Amino acid sequence: MSMMKPAGPLGAAAPGGMLPQGPSPPGPHQFGQNGAHAQGHPPQRFPGPPPVNSAVSSYAPYSPSTPSSYPSPASTSSIAQLGHQLSAMHVNSYGSGMAPPGQGPPGSPSAPLFQGPSQPPQPSIMQPGSQVLPPPPTTALNGPGASPLPPSMHRQDGLPGPAPLNAQYQPPLLPGQTLGTGYSPQQAANYGPQMAGGQLSYPGGFPGGPAQMAGPPQLQKKLDPDSIPSPIQVIENDRATRGGQVYATNTRGQVPPLVTTDCVIQDQGNASPRYIRCTTYCFPCTSDMAKQAQIPLAAVIKPFATIPSNETPLYLVNHGENGPVRCNRCKAYMCPFMQFIEGGRRYQCGFCNCVNDVPPFYFQHLDHIGRRLDHYEKPELSLGSYEYVATLDYCRKNKPPSPPAFIFMIDVSYSNIKNGLVKLICEELKTVLEKLPKEEQEETSAIRVGFITYNKVLHFFNVKSNLAQPQMMVMTDVGEVFVPLLDGFLVNYQDSQSVIHNLLDQIPEMFADSNENETVFAPVIQAGMEALKAADCPGKLFIFHSSLPTAEAPGKLKNRDDKKLINTDKEKILFQPQTNVYDSLAKDCVAHGCCVTLFLFPSQYVDVASLGLVPQLTGGTLYKYNNFQMHMDSQQFLNDLRNDIEKKIGFDAIMRVRTSTGFRATDFFGGIFMNNTTDVEMAAIDCDKAVTVEFKHDDKLGEDSGALIQCAVLYTTIGGQRRLRIHNLSLNCSSQLADLYKSCETDALINFFAKSAFKAVLHQPLKVIREILVNQTAHMLACYRKNCASPSAASQLILPDSMKVLPVYMNCLLKNCVLLSRPEISTDERAYQRQLVMTMGVADSQLFFYPQLLPIHTLDVKSTTLPAAIRCSESRLSEEGIFLLANGLNMFLWLGVSSPPELIQGIFNVPSFAHVSTDMVSIFFRCFCGNVQRNVLCSCATTYYKVKKTVRHIVLYKKENLMF
Amino acid sequence: MATYLEFIQQNEERDGVRFSWNVWPSSRLEATRMVVPLACLLTPLKERPDLPPVQYEPVLCSRTTCRAILNPLCQVDYRAKLWACNFCFQRNQFPPVYTCISEVNQPAELMPQFSTIEYVIQRGAQYPLIFLYVVDTCLEEDDLQALKESLQMSLSLLPPDALVGLITFGRMVQVHELSCERISKSYVFRGTKDLTAKQIQDMLGLTKPAMPMQQARPGQPQEQPLVSSRFLQPVHKIDMNLTDLLGELQRDPWPVTQGKRPLRSTGVALSIAVGLLEGTFPNTGARIMLFTGGPPTQGPGMVVGDELKVPIRSWHDIEKDNARFMKKATKHYEMLANRTATNGHCIDIYACALDQTGLLEMKCCANLTGGHMVMGDSFNTSLFKQTFQKIFSKDFNGDFRMAFGATLEVKTSRELKVAGAIGPCVSLNVKGPCVSENELGVGGTSQWKICGLDPTSTLGIYFEVVSQHNAPVPQGGRGAIQYVTRYQHSSTQRRIRVTTIARNWADAQSQLRHIEAAFDQEAAAVLMARLGVFRAESEEGPDVLRWLDRQLIRLCQKFGQYNKEDPTSFRLSDSFSLYPQFMFHLRRSPFLQVFNNSPDESSYYRHHFARQDLTQSLIMIQPILYSYSFHGPPEPVLLDSSSILADRILLMDTFFQIVIYLGETIVQWRKAGYQDMPEYENFRHLLQAPLDDAQEILQARFPMPRYINTEHGGSQARFLLSKVNPSQTHNNLYAWGQETGAPILTDDVSLQVFVDHLKKLAVSSAC
Repeated sequence: MSMMKPAGPLGAAAPGGMLPQGPSPPGPHQFGQNGAHAQGHPPQRFPGPPPVNSAVSSYAPYSPSTPSSYPSPASTSSIAQLGHQLSAMHVNSYGSGMAPPGQGPPGSPSAPLFQGPSQPPQPSIMQPGSQVLPPPPTTALNGPGASPLPPSMHRQDGLPGPAPLNAQYQPPLLPGQTLGTGYSPQQAANYGPQMAGGQLSYPGGFPGGPAQMAGPPQLQKKLDPDSIPSPIQVIENDRATRGGQVYATNTRGQVPPLVTTDCVIQDQGNASPRYIRCTTYCFPCTSDMAKQAQIPLAAVIKPFATIPSNETPLYLVNHGENGPVRCNRCKAYMCPFMQFIEGGRRYQCGFCNCVNDVPPFYFQHLDHIGRRLDHYEKPELSLGSYEYVATLDYCRKNKPPSPPAFIFMIDVSYSNIKNGLVKLICEELKTVLEKLPKEEQEETSAIRVGFITYNKVLHFFNVKSNLAQPQMMVMTDVGEVFVPLLDGFLVNYQDSQSVIHNLLDQIPEMFADSNENETVFAPVIQAGMEALKAADCPGKLFIFHSSLPTAEAPGKLKNRDDKKLINTDKEKILFQPQTNVYDSLAKDCVAHGCCVTLFLFPSQYVDVASLGLVPQLTGGTLYKYNNFQMHMDSQQFLNDLRNDIEKKIGFDAIMRVRTSTGFRATDFFGGIFMNNTTDVEMAAIDCDKAVTVEFKHDDKLGEDSGALIQCAVLYTTIGGQRRLRIHNLSLNCSSQLADLYKSCETDALINFFAKSAFKAVLHQPLKVIREILVNQTAHMLACYRKNCASPSAASQLILPDSMKVLPVYMNCLLKNCVLLSRPEISTDERAYQRQLVMTMGVADSQLFFYPQLLPIHTLDVKSTTLPAAIRCSESRLSEEGIFLLANGLNMFLWLGVSSPPELIQGIFNVPSFAHVSTDMVSIFFRCFCGNVQRNVLCSCATTYYKVKKTVRHIVLYKKENLMF
Repeated sequence: MATYLEFIQQNEERDGVRFSWNVWPSSRLEATRMVVPLACLLTPLKERPDLPPVQYEPVLCSRTTCRAILNPLCQVDYRAKLWACNFCFQRNQFPPVYTCISEVNQPAELMPQFSTIEYVIQRGAQYPLIFLYVVDTCLEEDDLQALKESLQMSLSLLPPDALVGLITFGRMVQVHELSCERISKSYVFRGTKDLTAKQIQDMLGLTKPAMPMQQARPGQPQEQPLVSSRFLQPVHKIDMNLTDLLGELQRDPWPVTQGKRPLRSTGVALSIAVGLLEGTFPNTGARIMLFTGGPPTQGPGMVVGDELKVPIRSWHDIEKDNARFMKKATKHYEMLANRTATNGHCIDIYACALDQTGLLEMKCCANLTGGHMVMGDSFNTSLFKQTFQKIFSKDFNGDFRMAFGATLEVKTSRELKVAGAIGPCVSLNVKGPCVSENELGVGGTSQWKICGLDPTSTLGIYFEVVSQHNAPVPQGGRGAIQYVTRYQHSSTQRRIRVTTIARNWADAQSQLRHIEAAFDQEAAAVLMARLGVFRAESEEGPDVLRWLDRQLIRLCQKFGQYNKEDPTSFRLSDSFSLYPQFMFHLRRSPFLQVFNNSPDESSYYRHHFARQDLTQSLIMIQPILYSYSFHGPPEPVLLDSSSILADRILLMDTFFQIVIYLGETIVQWRKAGYQDMPEYENFRHLLQAPLDDAQEILQARFPMPRYINTEHGGSQARFLLSKVNPSQTHNNLYAWGQETGAPILTDDVSLQVFVDHLKKLAVSSAC
């Protein structure tokens, strides 16, 4: 599936496909390996049910067949190449995520390993054979890619005989690997060879190198893809059991429903999982135990998560001039974890155990069970999440903040003018500005707006309401940027509407004759930041940029894209910014509450690693539209722009995560900036941004007291009010490993692994990182097998219930183009995805790494429900079908070459497959009239748009040439 | 001596030249004993309605070191068609076009009445005049409004093809682009960063070479418009635009907190203005007109910090070496002034504020480039408005009374050399045979550049007699001097005005009487005053006064008639009689006395003193006082406290101020309302007469004087009281018994005391 994306790939894909298969010409060894990886990953799945089922998972070892399959391929070099390409494709495509599933299956059919109870037989799709793992050890790298593409032939094979349920896993595992775990996932194997043990600093690095053994690629047997635990099934099961219900957060350490499950959450003392999700809801009591299990202890915090309308919004607590009540010692905010004593005169802090006096204004008597009489009247006593109005002490310079400002900064260099982008933006701004976010109770938005255009110099615009026409001020001193005007730059949109419209009309004309090709970038951000600084308000910059900033100015960049670095220890350089200008700029921006959102329209290398740094560190978003074409891409861009402008956001924020004694937050990942080890500074944080926090033990945790987490975010609202948003969460502690494994949350784990790995990319060679991931996964599972599961055959992979799909997901992560280098994937794309993932919440990362694949052709035109998702594997595609693939970033429509003409007619209004052109896609998604089929499709497309704000391209993929 | 007076007057009218000596001592030694140097006041472009320019080019002496211009003093051999240069005696052929020349058919330049002649050069491209407004926006709302109106009005006064540009400044500096429709566009510069001319031009996009891209792309107009055209546009094209632009000018929007001065980037604004013109229009006539309402407070050229609690430097601070920004600022503006002068542009400064605006530091900008300097209290005063309007006044031909980029070259006959010049000029550093080694004023050259001048601009030019003592007086000899002024006329024509004069030599020993009689004491007083003021710019005040006193005493010793040690016997001839009095008033003038004047005022006064013609300069030295009474027609009276009488109205003209002062009785009459009674109509006329006269002076004067209407006991009467000779003071009032005038409360010496003392010293053999 991965292939779907880029057109190019297709062709390639075909051949590639072949590689893997045993039969087919085996690509070079490498492929093989890849294959292996891929397959390996595929999770094994256990019998659905109960935890630890030892019984369940058994893997079928592969030992057998594999080898043969692999080696066999005799392909010629050319084939090999193809294979490469293919694999590459996979990689690129976000699809990679998807790939895994597909791959999984491939193992040799014969050897389906697990039999787990597994799921219901999957519908058609899997193809068995596709992948082969066996790659020779040496080249492990490519792995993933390759695997995904099962050669067509295999597929076919596969199709017919869907493997037995469990089969999935095969390749990976080598028989009892050294690890001992049943699992010894192939990954280990693959990687194994290459690297020695992980010596990295990488969190959780796993030492034991040896394991890999994968060695024996040869042995593999094919796994029945369907025997691999299916994420789809897991998701469906959770939906079935918990979906649609009310989930009350009244119990400490209770594991919430999966992110994919729709339910109503009721705050009864702990923060909603929409705000905080943990990797495990039961912490090990000691650090030794934590080390033993190697399960990361982390929380993914999305403090501004959007709450559905049927859930209660946050209460706002206002203590007037007294401000919030806080523990004298640790400064934790009043929350349900504070224990009132001495008749209500004092309270004991749940975090540091300090006993504090209750401030007189806050005194209240206790009832017979020691609870304050006003327990249910005060949100901060009874709820997990609430907000405080902050006093002046919490404001910069002790002055109430000004409402934030939005500054629109448009690159008006030649190419942007020529392709009509500038005009498009200016037109759109006229309508978008009507919808600036505002406080619910307010009539109009308090946000002020300003405009800057630039090429190699900057143009500021005075749009003061009393002017007859806008005034333009050219700032040529890009070496030392300053703000040329104060009054009239940031204005209230309503007041200055006519001047602004006048300006927006003129901008495209004004530069129509411009020949300027060079642009600056750092000075642009600097200018915006200085403008906000001068106006003494926080704000957000919307920068529309398209090229590498080569003009002589600070932050000037050169094209340093170097494919030769790929797969070397220097590869990390590609992810690092080219100069430290952007780093210090980001620091300044954060210090002044300046958030930068960047819309990039590159037609070639623009060094996303450098350009994207400021947006990333300032809590902004980076949007990227490769080779922007007006008729194809403008709709997505405009949607993104609208959503980004309208979304809820807090500015000038500082987050502090407090914990009860015994552990503490040690590492933070996200769109943040940290000057010290505890204060997480964010220029802004919006409803889509999450911060992942890792915890470590300081000391022992008590089973009785549990582990408490309080996340406080001090921020400025869009109306210019200073507030504190508090989220509290209590977790269990246990000295039993089994408890720990029972309470894990795979989606959050993957989120954590992805972020920590992507952060490490800056400093360590990719192969080391991949190895660590593999090892840690293996270790976690091995620990489980050893300590919690009943004994079983060494060749069997045993998965705890809560981690059933961890191997599959981990495989997806490993195949992500960030971690897996392929020359075919642009450096920019990899840097982009790396940054993107760093701020993702759990739901986003889940979808991103394991995209949804919907068989459109099975759609029931009479109903409005979407067709059920199927496993995300190429082998699930059929040439008679039409599939929609979505990963939250892109949507692909895949048309099988034999898709029913009536379906094609219905959707595209053309007689046959051959008449469909890729240009029609947008029509397809945009058009709401016509027959039912189209409508349903549209609604499903728009559903994605709405749910996932970041959805971008819609690419139609015609699967014509592929051989099946 | 009537003859000499007539001669002097005639020469001044014809040639715009007044010499201190009209008969020249024939040797160096004698010349130095004359005390007052041989010098002249030259008004190069003196208005000559009777002198139509000739439409051809001058004939030059062929000797390369001479290049003097054919003039009426040359010997001409009509038959051989030769002429002998009267400076180097080179014999030259007339050019071919002069073949028809004969005694009866002479070209104008050979006729005696054309000792001054003006040629129009037809060659060379003509560029329109350029006016670049540099406007301070840190003004009070009223002021800014008034200034905007004045500027808008000025657009209608400019020649339609003149190029005009606008730079505004406050905390930032904005260079406005004038060519754009629908949106006003400007380039903004930080007010704190000094930029080189190159940087400025780069940033304004003035140096951009034709882009190769452009050719590649079809559909682009081939011809590149003048790059500077964005900032400098012909008035007729953009006057509507610019009027609107000026109308929309806002006060500098940056907040000024309590206790602070607004941040004013005057230094950078000027630097950008200079850089802009330097890069685009070097060596064509251009005026940078700076309008500022306060001192520069940031960046290069800052004069005072923005803290209001720290006052701007005073003379006291300067003497104590306590003016921390002065040196640096002065250096900045000098650098700018020199660059501007090199480019042939001039800078005007219009400073209107109640406090000082940094004229002291900026003065060189106007002084070195021949620009105007105007000081007022507010832009919203008629003083500024009318002065500004007057800049654009036109002469009898309908041409602006301004000229640009002039070079003045002085050639002398062999017995003389040029020692220097004092006036709104810079040296061009041209050495030559007629350049003296001794410098008086700006010396060491025979050519000066005067970037901006008008018909009244006057330079003092100082000479040195170099013939040896024992050399005989040249037979029937006359010394000759030729002044050649090449300039750009306001009609954009290139012109050359040539003035050639000659004076007789006299042997100082045998013919001292002649020399004495030909002394022009007015010119001498002004020329000495210029020397004194020139020295005062660089020396301590008391030293200058001592030097002036010594010169005066030596002059009296040389030309007085007296018996040794007998002061009462001292007499001066008529041609010297007024000179001591001029010196007395000069000593008290604001040009040499800084007491009671701010450094800015001193700079302002000195600026004007160094460029006005003789008449105006004399008024500055010794103000004129007229008295109006029922006893007769208005009459000039002594500038003396005894002239202040109860039943008189006085009108004093100090050049910078016009004071009308009503005597005590007059005031009482007026209070009683006599002027409104028909039977006392004559009183009404009496009150009106000085007002009318004052109006007349006001009309003729540039810059507009401060107009003060005061009366006996009024606070503004101080303007009068500080000027008159304090012949009656609290010290001697009662000794005189009768009250004949107004006593002045001062310890200054009176003219009487001064003269007595002078006599004593002159006759004493001690010095």
